[in-house]
Amino acid sequence: MDKLRLKFSKTGRAVYISHLDLMRTMQRTFSRAGVGLKYSEGFNPHAKISIILPLSVGTASLCEYMDFSLTEERDLDALPELLNRYMPEGIRALEAYEAPGKGAELRWLRLAGVMKGGRDAAFYTDFFARDSILAERRGKRGLRTDDIAPAIRRARFADINGGAEAELILHAQEPTLSPELMMASLGEDAPAYFRFTRLEAYKEDMTPFR
Amino acid sequence: MNERIDALLRQVQRPARYVGGEYGQVVKDKADVDVRVAFCFPDTYEIGMSNLGVKILYGVMNDMPGVWCERAFAPWGDMAQAMRREGLPLWALESGDPLSDFDVIAVSIGYEMAYTTVLDMLDMGGIPLRAADRPDLRHLVMAGGGCMCNIEPMAEFFDLCFLGEGEDMDREVLELYQKAKAEGWDKPRFLRQAAQIQGIYIPSLYDIAYNADGTVASITARDGAPDKVRKRIVEDFDGCYYPTRPVVPSTEIVHDRVSLEVFRGCIRGCRFCQAGHTNRPVRSRSAETLLRLGKETLENTGYQELNLSSLSTSDYRQLGELCDGLLDYCRPRGISLSLPSLRADNFSMDIMRRVQQVRKSGLTFAPEAGTQRLRDAINKNVTEEDLLTSCRVAFEGGWNNVKLYFMLGLPTETDEDVLGIAELAKKVFWTWKQHAANKSRGVRITVSTSEFIPKPHTPFQWEAQISRAEYLRRVGLLTDALARTRSVTYNWHDAEMSLVEAALARGDRRMGAVIERVWRAGGRLESWSEYFSLDRWLEAFPACGLDMDFYATRERPVAELQPWEHMDCAVSRAHLERERRRAYEGVMTPDCRAGCAGCGAAGLLKEGVCRG
Repeated sequence: MDKLRLKFSKTGRAVYISHLDLMRTMQRTFSRAGVGLKYSEGFNPHAKISIILPLSVGTASLCEYMDFSLTEERDLDALPELLNRYMPEGIRALEAYEAPGKGAELRWLRLAGVMKGGRDAAFYTDFFARDSILAERRGKRGLRTDDIAPAIRRARFADINGGAEAELILHAQEPTLSPELMMASLGEDAPAYFRFTRLEAYKEDMTPFR
Repeated sequence: MNERIDALLRQVQRPARYVGGEYGQVVKDKADVDVRVAFCFPDTYEIGMSNLGVKILYGVMNDMPGVWCERAFAPWGDMAQAMRREGLPLWALESGDPLSDFDVIAVSIGYEMAYTTVLDMLDMGGIPLRAADRPDLRHLVMAGGGCMCNIEPMAEFFDLCFLGEGEDMDREVLELYQKAKAEGWDKPRFLRQAAQIQGIYIPSLYDIAYNADGTVASITARDGAPDKVRKRIVEDFDGCYYPTRPVVPSTEIVHDRVSLEVFRGCIRGCRFCQAGHTNRPVRSRSAETLLRLGKETLENTGYQELNLSSLSTSDYRQLGELCDGLLDYCRPRGISLSLPSLRADNFSMDIMRRVQQVRKSGLTFAPEAGTQRLRDAINKNVTEEDLLTSCRVAFEGGWNNVKLYFMLGLPTETDEDVLGIAELAKKVFWTWKQHAANKSRGVRITVSTSEFIPKPHTPFQWEAQISRAEYLRRVGLLTDALARTRSVTYNWHDAEMSLVEAALARGDRRMGAVIERVWRAGGRLESWSEYFSLDRWLEAFPACGLDMDFYATRERPVAELQPWEHMDCAVSRAHLERERRRAYEGVMTPDCRAGCAGCGAAGLLKEGVCRG
């Protein structure tokens, strides 16, 4: 079976697992569950899996997507429950299905988070409501300055004890705006501590991504 | 994770190693638990989680009703600093609770350079360092592992030590602890009882007296403790516990694979080798058992690699059968098989060819010495012919990368022996020239030397380590001899760490003060060159009224009482003395299968007969 997609969540202690380690963990989980992933040929065979939008270490997600192929026919509806018996703590398979389109269709992410040790909600709201917000991005050709304003579709903040909570909709691919970069754009007003969770993924036209 | 810890984890390298939650971790309901054990490994997560002993004992202890064993490792420098800055104690991975919440702190030590890290972990966990400062049954600190054959330098920090293999005695000690806790015993009563279990060493029940010259005058047992602590083994190794459901790390570790322990002990008797003497007698698992355990563990873990482990895998009687069986299972599933510790002989090369059909990684041989005379003296039963034949087969088979390991400073070594290393490397090169399947790719021959370290319970336990200056002179000699050989790369390990290791390995109880002083000066994770500092040790020894050379570079008279003479590892002193004499005569001793040398280890077996 080819062109399959697994929707999964990564929360709790699993947020510290890096992208590369997650790939290895997924491969081993399938192997433990006795589900045959297709492997590449060659001297150093590896499972043909790809995670659509790698998460940075420390960010949680309720909407991660991994594309994969199987060597065998499987009841996709039963697959998440089977895999979950073999997952480490914090990673949960939610849904398995035939991918309806390419992973590149994922364009927007809705996130929620908390920011501590910085400014209040009103400050953040004004800051991110500007037409142009410059941020330094580390690219292939060294540092460059980007205007990240077009990549912010929603930035709502509310005061909580010791900081603010945020709800964001950020552009996810071409260009990618990570919450880290967004926080860095605050410069000296950046919160000392922040933590985000991806909640939902959308296509360019804001219809749900599957 | 709470915000404070989360914030800290975001600042450090590879945070996944500090949080637990891996597949296979054991979590118990605290309501069902009467004894909590924090199993501490005094090195990083990546090293500790690669250790088979840790996997075995984690499984053994957690199989006990009422006992919950969790893991703790030494944080890397960035994390340790951040934790101390934030005032966060060292926690165990499963529950996240600090070490001070545990009844028992169990430490596994396989390497002397880990001693300062043990102190660091206890301190970070909020546990008083010295046994005398822990008056209650709670916070009992126990230690096991390879270093127990002379743990005197750490004796004042530990309440209880395990000499030998832990599978059975760990369980017995914890059962006794459960009883003691339930009945409200005090600590002295528990320790006196525990001393009656074979293999258990209670340092506080032994009084050590010293002569004016610093040597040990007497070792006296008190309160019914045995005069000599007899090493414990698992006699039925085939039926012995093997962890088929180990924790599978979610982040990459050093040996990230299934490690199948083929046999324990070694038939060889290389005279410098501590493990080869302290793990006797040889006990094997059957190929049938190993196949079953291997398949089960691969299925339970999802690992794509299996490694056969032992001190000398070529000596496993059913190796061909085992490899064929494993290959039948592994090949169609894309699982690779690795076989370290092979000897340079024809049989082993044949196995290598069958196993490594896909990737041609480098081949490693350890002739240890450059001339046949010295190899005979150290009882390393490898001939130049064996080695060159193996290299020929390897080169014909397409390998073009050979590593050769040697020691410098072995007893009786002369300059001729040192230069013999260069000669041997050159012969390996000529062998490549004559037999290489494809010369266009060139050849890489790597010669590595490290300094010989005399270890307790070996025939060389009385020997002097050569001085650093002398080691460096011999390194220079070899460097010059290899200077014009372009295909040979020469690596040598610095002797700074070897000197400290030599002193600690044969140290006595007074050295505890030195270790503590080095730790207070910042010593931790000292087996890592980035954290090691010889200066701290050079300062600490005289400051504590001790002399490093007294322990490391002094030849000890055979009649002298050694600090570890109350540790009985089953190989007799008479055997070690005989083996030492034979070394000086240049006479080899056949391996255990060719003829029993009467080392004494068979005495650990019920029938008194060793079946190697």
